[in-house]
Amino acid sequence: MVITRKVEFSASHVCRNPQLSDEENRELYGPAANPHGHGHNYIVEVSVRGEPHATTGMILDLKELKAILEREIVLPYDHRFLNHEVPPFDSIVPTTENIARDIWRRLEPGLSGAHGKLHAVRVYETSDLYVDYFGEEPCTS
Amino acid sequence: MYIVTRRYGFAASHRLHVPSLGEEENRVLYGKCNNPFGHGHNYLVDVSARGPADPRTGRAVDVAVLDDLVRREVVGPFDYSNLNTQVEAFREVVPTSENLAVEICRRLKANWSAAFPGEWPKLHKIRIAETDRNIFEIKADEIE
Repeated sequence: MVITRKVEFSASHVCRNPQLSDEENRELYGPAANPHGHGHNYIVEVSVRGEPHATTGMILDLKELKAILEREIVLPYDHRFLNHEVPPFDSIVPTTENIARDIWRRLEPGLSGAHGKLHAVRVYETSDLYVDYFGEEPCTS
Repeated sequence: MYIVTRRYGFAASHRLHVPSLGEEENRVLYGKCNNPFGHGHNYLVDVSARGPADPRTGRAVDVAVLDDLVRREVVGPFDYSNLNTQVEAFREVVPTSENLAVEICRRLKANWSAAFPGEWPKLHKIRIAETDRNIFEIKADEIE
């Protein structure tokens, strides 16, 4: 069984790889390469997989999940300029893919136990574009 | 592994009618969707592609390339059109959203390797919302 909880944060970022020229960055990332940055209202859906506990009937207490998401996502990310204020985005480009992976890495240690295991992280950059991430397993097909 | 999903929309008209069935049979089968004058929807199409992130760009899918492909192959030809009369595939095939999903998937698969010549990303899934309440999904590997 999978349960999903949603949180939002608002942040600015710029998609720019310092090893590439301005021209190459513009070509790769388009308007997202604007060096002054721009922002989004990100929506994050975190899914946890497990079986309901025999006594409580819950996979994981949603209040507890809410507290984890507040601590690990909203607190560090909300109203921040990701490139300047939120490691590892001082050294990697804060694409939606990399944001999804960073959120996975922040959440996984607290969601790896018997009572609910992290299953998927979905990050909406806009209502028309989102990324699902399922962990580090390699792509095989 | 990442799955990147991008939403597109187009407005089109259609009529659900199978010529080999009688008028009454079509009316019973398709109800108001069989109205002889046709009717329309604001279709939403979610296109999902999967793959690893490119170490150089930090992205699994170049969304600008995906936009070009989907706009050229799907949104451009379908938007503000009559699917039955203006889209070749639906001259003989009834344009249900199931068949529309197959046609969109077929168009994207046929042009995928030209747009994305590397091993990744791969086309993963098409999801069509005909209305808020009617949703149709097809995995890319379900068709040839």
